[in-house]
Amino acid sequence: MKRSFMTTTAAGALALASLASAAQAETLTLCWAAWDPANALIELSKDFEAQSGHTMRFEFVPWTSFADRMLNELNSGGQLCDLMIGDSQWIGGGAENGHYVKLNDFFDANGISMNDFIPATVTGYSEWPKNTPNYWALPAFGDVVGWTYRKDWFERPELQAEFQETYGRALDVPATLEELKDIAQFFQGRDIDGTTVYGAAIYTERGSEGITMGVTNALYNYGFQYENPDQPYDLEGFVNSAGAVAGLEFYKELYDTATPPGSSNWYMGENIDAFRSGQVAMQMNFAFIWPGVEADENVGGGRAGYFPNPAGPAGQFAQLGGQGISVVAYSSKQNAALEYIQWFAQPEVQAKWWELGGYSALRAVVEDPGFATSQPYAQTFLDSMAIVKDFWAEPAYADLLLAMQNRVHNYAVAGQGTAQEALDGLVADWTEIFEDEGKL
Amino acid sequence: MTISPIDRAAAGTPHGVARRIRGLSDRTIAWIFVAPTIFLLLAVNIFPLIWTIRLSFTDYRVNRPNNEVSWVGLRNYERILSDPAIWDTMQATAHFLIWTIILQVLIGFTLAYLINMKFKGNDLWTTIIVFPMMLSPAVVGNFWTFLYQPQIGLFNYVVAFFTGADAASFSMIGDVHLAPWAIIIVDTWMWTPFVMLICLAGLRSIPDSIYEAAECDRASKWRQFWTITVPMALPFLMLAVLFRGIENFKMFDLVVQLTGGGPGNTTTLTSIDLKREAFERWRTGYSSAYAVILFVTVFGLASIYVKALNKVKQR
Repeated sequence: MKRSFMTTTAAGALALASLASAAQAETLTLCWAAWDPANALIELSKDFEAQSGHTMRFEFVPWTSFADRMLNELNSGGQLCDLMIGDSQWIGGGAENGHYVKLNDFFDANGISMNDFIPATVTGYSEWPKNTPNYWALPAFGDVVGWTYRKDWFERPELQAEFQETYGRALDVPATLEELKDIAQFFQGRDIDGTTVYGAAIYTERGSEGITMGVTNALYNYGFQYENPDQPYDLEGFVNSAGAVAGLEFYKELYDTATPPGSSNWYMGENIDAFRSGQVAMQMNFAFIWPGVEADENVGGGRAGYFPNPAGPAGQFAQLGGQGISVVAYSSKQNAALEYIQWFAQPEVQAKWWELGGYSALRAVVEDPGFATSQPYAQTFLDSMAIVKDFWAEPAYADLLLAMQNRVHNYAVAGQGTAQEALDGLVADWTEIFEDEGKL
Repeated sequence: MTISPIDRAAAGTPHGVARRIRGLSDRTIAWIFVAPTIFLLLAVNIFPLIWTIRLSFTDYRVNRPNNEVSWVGLRNYERILSDPAIWDTMQATAHFLIWTIILQVLIGFTLAYLINMKFKGNDLWTTIIVFPMMLSPAVVGNFWTFLYQPQIGLFNYVVAFFTGADAASFSMIGDVHLAPWAIIIVDTWMWTPFVMLICLAGLRSIPDSIYEAAECDRASKWRQFWTITVPMALPFLMLAVLFRGIENFKMFDLVVQLTGGGPGNTTTLTSIDLKREAFERWRTGYSSAYAVILFVTVFGLASIYVKALNKVKQR
């Protein structure tokens, strides 16, 4: 009888324990863009599932509709996403509109220090207001616009000789944007192995953010600034400075003279396709594509090389990409979501993240002595991350972005008006937006 | 004695309910039946419309739940109607609308006329012709971007074959002058069969006896066409124009897939612009005013057109 009682009690205790465990185990939904790194994150997250008992679900949306879909979700207070790897420009709106959970206390309580991450990613992905210690995300995926080129074509002796004769210098990785344009024009319409190839695939997409993410790589390096560094939201003479106008003219000339015909609405996917299919000698794209390029049977295996965005007359900068991971304020599973962030911040998890193809922003990973040689593109990634600049991250970023898309595309692709008119128009648009926001 | 089903139902109905129903007038019973439909109509159509009109007088932004909403009067309407960019968009929409309707009516009616001649295999041809309209607009937009590709696109090769021009020398969706025509071509390809089907219904509704009488009067085929075929098919043609006009005024998916509204704003139709204002810039009050203007425009034009259609029918 006693034995029977003990057995029953033990069984009951076990059942209760398993029920308690089941009650704690959550199903978390992580929302992000549908792209190669997302697949790597699914792999990585299996470790989290094994360790925590939580189940991970993923909601991935293609980049061109990512902002539409996810901002709609946030704005409607939806509970689809517990964790959001949102674009860097969303951080202002995420913070001010109450979409994201502030993470300072959580970081302090769990020994997560922002000093352990690449500073540019902390500013770009986590802080709002910028340059203040208010954190709304953990840097999750470092990314930056860089260039991929056909190393095998650059190394051909006959092309090297012709380039040398035409331009008086070796056909090599360009140090400046002007050199890049020369190289792109050199390849434009050239016959290589019986196929007509073109100079460069650049971002020209009209609908979402494409052309802005591309043109800024020229604008920054020619002297464009978002605002007066001494007076916030003072735009006149900074957005439309003489240097900025020259930068925009450069981008248009590159588009007109050195890109494939029909590339008037190209973004990440189209550029990848053009490069992989051997249509172009160079492509502008975010660094996330590089693991895929290396593995590609047509252009990988040493046939492609990588270089950071070349310098211009006003310096060398590159457009920041990448995202931070945030806990959505409308989630009913915030504790489990925070557990995921705590797990994700661990150095060994970050190291595995890099191995799987995710660009870790943890300094312990990228400053490891073996990092620069761990992949053919690793050094370029490091060099590029050191020169990043980002678009506005204001709550009104979408208005600011659409105005820029409109002005820049109308000039650079549609050929309407002058560069000066386009940037003067942009100043007017942005001024109106900041006035509406009560910031001017 | 056998009991009929009606008697059984009457016996099974509780006295209270039976008495209550018996006491209701026909009008009340009719209202009871219609009420759910009216309620749904109010909830799904009328309430959102009234709410949109109300929002159009505010500066409400759905992505700023913490902001105070202010009444701005007619400011949103003034800003929209005085914005040259919006008039450019209206112009692009009008260009698209007018040319698609002209081409679809001409080609659709011609195809219907040919199919109506009842030749061998015309059922097969009808099936082949209507195939494009069975496809999803997103799919059509996507594969036409490939057809329009300067390097690999079939369209450019066909043009190059007939004109001798270099296939890669022009880009249908990348050129500001060609892009508006690129979207017209695709919409015409996709929706001409719809116009054809309506016209075919019209042509088949004309009694053969009228043509036989005309033959007796020795009317030529040309005269029969203009005095019998066209007038009798006209109400159907006008109906097709109405359907295509309303649909193309709202055109969104096909053009977004094809051009994204570019290059520049050359193919940014009003619905694309409205979507950007409402769900990318999140200017809810402003976009509500924009939607109201478009609604009034479509509703007004459609009402005038329907009156004209009714007059034609009554002739």
